[in-house]
Amino acid sequence: MDRKHLKYTLTWALLITMLFVLIELLTVFDIIGQYGITTIVLIGINLIAAVGLNLVIGMSGQFSLGHAGFMAIGAYATALMTTALPSIYGFILSLLVGGLISGLVALAVGIPTLRLRGDYLAIATLGVSEIIRIIIINMKITRGPAGIFGIPAFVNWQMVFVLSVIVIIIVVNFVRSTSGQAIIAVRDNDIAAESLGINTTKYKVMAFVAGAILAAIAGGLRASFIQSVSPQDYTFMQSITILIIVVLGGIGSISGTVVTAIILGVLDVILQNFGTLRMVIYALVLIIVMIFRPKGLLGTTEFSLQKLLFDSGGSHDHNDSKNARS
Amino acid sequence: MTTTILKTHDLSIKFGGVTAVDCVNIEAHDNELIGLIGPNGAGKTTLFNLLTGVYQPTHGTVSLFNGEKLAQVNHVSAYKRAQLGIARTFQNIRLFKTRTVIENVLIAMTNQTAAKTIHAIFRTPSFYQHEAKKRQHAMALLDIFNMAHVADELASNLPYGQQRRLEIVRALATNPKILFLDEPAAGMNPQETAALTALIKQIQQQFQLTIILIEHDMNLVMTVSQRVYVLEYGKILATGTPTEIQQNPAVIKAYLGDDMP
Repeated sequence: MDRKHLKYTLTWALLITMLFVLIELLTVFDIIGQYGITTIVLIGINLIAAVGLNLVIGMSGQFSLGHAGFMAIGAYATALMTTALPSIYGFILSLLVGGLISGLVALAVGIPTLRLRGDYLAIATLGVSEIIRIIIINMKITRGPAGIFGIPAFVNWQMVFVLSVIVIIIVVNFVRSTSGQAIIAVRDNDIAAESLGINTTKYKVMAFVAGAILAAIAGGLRASFIQSVSPQDYTFMQSITILIIVVLGGIGSISGTVVTAIILGVLDVILQNFGTLRMVIYALVLIIVMIFRPKGLLGTTEFSLQKLLFDSGGSHDHNDSKNARS
Repeated sequence: MTTTILKTHDLSIKFGGVTAVDCVNIEAHDNELIGLIGPNGAGKTTLFNLLTGVYQPTHGTVSLFNGEKLAQVNHVSAYKRAQLGIARTFQNIRLFKTRTVIENVLIAMTNQTAAKTIHAIFRTPSFYQHEAKKRQHAMALLDIFNMAHVADELASNLPYGQQRRLEIVRALATNPKILFLDEPAAGMNPQETAALTALIKQIQQQFQLTIILIEHDMNLVMTVSQRVYVLEYGKILATGTPTEIQQNPAVIKAYLGDDMP
């Protein structure tokens, strides 16, 4: 690692630590309160799920509506395992197991369905998600439609914060790896990618599986935080909630996803005061953003400290080619 | 001593009732430059698609030299054939348009000297070394084609002739044994075509590979090709050196019609 990379990495580390300390101070002096902490945790959880979905939709260009199904797998894995094994190790293990099962399901489902494109794939993944939900409703161990209550709580905002940061770093670095670049090449032009020796199915499935694992981790965190799971939490609407974050932030932009997850989380809090008007305002915000920024808030651009701080005098045009560097 | 590097036996494909390629037997040797010509709709691009694995033949076989002998590759998918040393360009340019010139070349090197994904995620020194090496290799390749100065331009911002040239560079970055060029001069002006003619010769000398070329520009084909195949209605009409082809009555008839005065 040369000096430039080191400087860059340290700047990021400093910014993240500052944010962490800021939130810590806000909670210590009780400025944001319990409700604020809940919001921060839910933002982090949505963020992890949305980054995973962006990997599928944005990077590999496969339109998936099945994210809720994979979140449900993670949520139930954590619910069942931490109830049986109520310790932090049990919880960590449950996240891993949930991720593993979810990844395997995605692998099994992905190989046949990722041959489909566009709307067809969306419908197929939606079907998969519903199948997962219906299996959960009909299984004894998951206690059917009633769900599981009294799940031990292991999640605090510090944990979600750190996990979100780790997930973002891993995903951003993955996208810049050879595999990540191959995934984007398949999205941009699959015939050309194939002619260059890139196994298109493999890379599509890779992105799909990675997205499913992240969804499961988000589901597991959510289950332990809310301390209950029920099949109703993981319907089509949950997939849509995550999808909105990805689309609004900009399909293919991880920074966009992060920014939008935070904005929508905060917006949710502000709109609490508006009562029934809340959903109307929320919908209006979505429509307005889509009219004025049809490619999402950030399009396909990535936020880059390097461009902002280290490239003096460089142009800051929204050039989506530049996002592979940073 | 030349080795046969590619051979087809009675290669045919039907789309419904249309036989687009009909019992084609061709072969290509090591380090040979072959022209493939024929009227529009003769099945030239379909033949390319059969050879590169985009289509599966309804009848007949495609065989590739794998270092020891010719091996049948009928059921080998397109990406695996690319890994076996087949590279191609497309009639309608298929660049990764939203990526830069050098990124287009780097993507073609996916199967070579790739740092393990795990190294990329943790940003180990090995990742940076690999990246630097790949970039160096890509730049060297671009330099050969006088494109190093546009390395950081968006592929879609390049002029048409350079986009075609970039497609060739990208194909060469896969380190191929056979290069298929599908109408590389299409849409080029005479100057660009002249430059391309020189370039194709240069590629073959420098990279020591077999080139199979579809082209409508007869001047280009006849200048660079060592051997020419003529395709009409999916069948091989004639084969021979450029001079033989130019004098072949069947070819003249296919191109110009019957009633020559």
